[in-house]
Amino acid sequence: MAAIAEVAAVRAARRNGIVTGTVVMTVLLAIAPFIGLYPVFVMKGLCFALFACAFNLLLGFGGLLSFGHSMFLGTAGYITAFTAKEVGLDPALAILAGTAASAALGVIVGGLAIRRQGIYFAMITLAIAQMMYFFYLQMPFTHGEDGIQAVPRGRLFGVIDLTHPLAMYYTVLVIFVAAFVLIYRVIHSPFGQVLKAIRENEPRAISLGYDADRYKLLAFVLSATLSGLAGAVKAIVFQLAALTDVHWTMSGEVVLMTLLGGMGTIFGPVVGAFVIVTLENYLASLGEWVTVITGAIFVLCVLAFRRGIVGEIAAWWSAHRR
Amino acid sequence: MKGMKRSLLALAVAGALCVGTAQAQISGNVIKIGVLSDMSSLYTDLAGAGSVVAAKMAVEDSGIEKKGFKVEIVSADHQNKPDVGSSIARRWYDSEGVDVIVDVPNSGVALAVSGITKEKNKVFLASGPGTSDLTGKSCSPNTVHFTYDTWMLANGTGTAITKQGGSSWFFITADYAFGHALQRDTTAAVEKAGGKVVGSVNVPINTQDFSSFLLQAQSSKAKVIGLANAGGDTTNSIKQAAEFGIVKGGQELAGLLVFITDVHALGLQTAQGLTFTTTFYWDMNDQTRAFSKRFAPQDKGIHPTMVHAGVYASLLQYFKAVEALKNDTDGVKIVDKMKSMPTDDPLFGKGKIREDGRALHPAYLVKVKTPAESKAPWDYYKIVSTIPADEAFRPLKDGGCSLVK
Repeated sequence: MAAIAEVAAVRAARRNGIVTGTVVMTVLLAIAPFIGLYPVFVMKGLCFALFACAFNLLLGFGGLLSFGHSMFLGTAGYITAFTAKEVGLDPALAILAGTAASAALGVIVGGLAIRRQGIYFAMITLAIAQMMYFFYLQMPFTHGEDGIQAVPRGRLFGVIDLTHPLAMYYTVLVIFVAAFVLIYRVIHSPFGQVLKAIRENEPRAISLGYDADRYKLLAFVLSATLSGLAGAVKAIVFQLAALTDVHWTMSGEVVLMTLLGGMGTIFGPVVGAFVIVTLENYLASLGEWVTVITGAIFVLCVLAFRRGIVGEIAAWWSAHRR
Repeated sequence: MKGMKRSLLALAVAGALCVGTAQAQISGNVIKIGVLSDMSSLYTDLAGAGSVVAAKMAVEDSGIEKKGFKVEIVSADHQNKPDVGSSIARRWYDSEGVDVIVDVPNSGVALAVSGITKEKNKVFLASGPGTSDLTGKSCSPNTVHFTYDTWMLANGTGTAITKQGGSSWFFITADYAFGHALQRDTTAAVEKAGGKVVGSVNVPINTQDFSSFLLQAQSSKAKVIGLANAGGDTTNSIKQAAEFGIVKGGQELAGLLVFITDVHALGLQTAQGLTFTTTFYWDMNDQTRAFSKRFAPQDKGIHPTMVHAGVYASLLQYFKAVEALKNDTDGVKIVDKMKSMPTDDPLFGKGKIREDGRALHPAYLVKVKTPAESKAPWDYYKIVSTIPADEAFRPLKDGGCSLVK
């Protein structure tokens, strides 16, 4: 009994920690534009943080390493940009359309990919992502290398003028926090528990009567949808949908963000995304050296702190408390 | 006490505002130039670090700093990606006080930068990009397009080669804004001169292996293979065409946009006989030679391309306008001023900037010398003919620019 009580206490403490962390993060982000941070930069960070959180849902909690997540980011970006610019939809509807497109793509790709595990799963997702890349490269509506440019930000629900930087910023922030809380809820729901069980021991979960494939597919589609949401918001923020977002290096980048921040931790991907975006932002003048530096950081991370930034801090903290 | 504090504060704010209005004409007290270019990839030799050198030389030669203006130059690599380029441009304008962006050798990136520049009411001096849409359907009151454009290249090279008997064309086209614009404009020029286009193939930017595209061009039996690409893509396709024996097989290669750095990379053995259009050659007169002599040591011995020359000349005109207006904040006003004054610089000579943003100056049809004709390093071009400024560029009414009334 004492052991159970202790476990419950640890869990409660962890939950308190996460709630406090979420509140602190939200407050920090809410005041960011007023303490001298450049809103567009923070918005870029938020889009990638959401993308990495969605990816982490699949990798960290489902144990599935997808190497083609850029296709969901990019597809939503293109659909959002196209519907906002050419069809003239309200930005909210455009974002919804983009997200829905990624969700649909997630059902198809997930349905194919989850039949295999490990490296084969990664290769299938990579292969389909490459197909999508060349599809977008050749389709006339994406304008190839130029991308869909000058996407109007428009008025959210016909009321909020998104061309105002702060209006855009708080819209992105609200979307991010909502998605973040959703991911937290998913992870701590019975569904999330089963997902973790499958990650740890799939045959055992199946023997307990869980339909592992259905859980994995659902996790995949959720992750694809949220990645799509990130891509859709990004297209509205930057008023551009371009090939970079569907290129395979983007799939690699999100793996890097997640691992660097801490795979399987709730805040890890956010931290990882901001570290990478900051590096890219401030080292942009070094050109291609950015890739070399992020590569070196990746090697360092794998060799020296495998749990990632947040993972190491959490481990140190819990060891310290004893 | 509290009241006094508040009134002190009010005074301070009022004081700050006064200072603000007294100096607001020059933002941050500095004219900040952002050189946005390709610093690492296929266009880096023809623009890249050399464009920064050209900008520095423009600052020196304009004497603007002696007239009490402070000038600062920053630079960045857009990696030929519109998303990277536009986020740098946005950051420069929003939070780093950049007043003018120059160069941008990639039409896709340039169109994005032109849009952002208009939104923020700054100035964009385009020297690197080719697409004639910058002064056509995508024209902007904040953009000046210097140096060259796809219509001018098509009109010069396309017309000349078709009239020499190159009556059927096949295009190898870089698959982005620039390549498509160049193919479109060249097709029009070829058809006007009585030729026809038998086919084309789109190639991704920065391609290493052109073999399958060259084979398609070869089997099209077209008399002329038009290379609607630039920089590293041009040199790669010309080298590989030589390996396939395309020219020996009787087909002619037409490099539609060739820079002197491309000729240098190819070597005269491969490049000899190429005919194309340019607006600047370093060995034209004493002034261009003097400029090049100062330029080359600062850019790894590279002699200035027309893009470098355009960066220099467009900045000189910009400084004149800023000096006349004592203002660097209102982009539209500065560009209007640049248009209202005639241009006169050592590299392009006398000219003017048209209301659609197009800078007018003569263009030259040149032919690459044979190794025997070349007397010295970088002695590469023979000037075949001069196209006067009013014929070199697209007539004002044909562009479809909304600024033209």
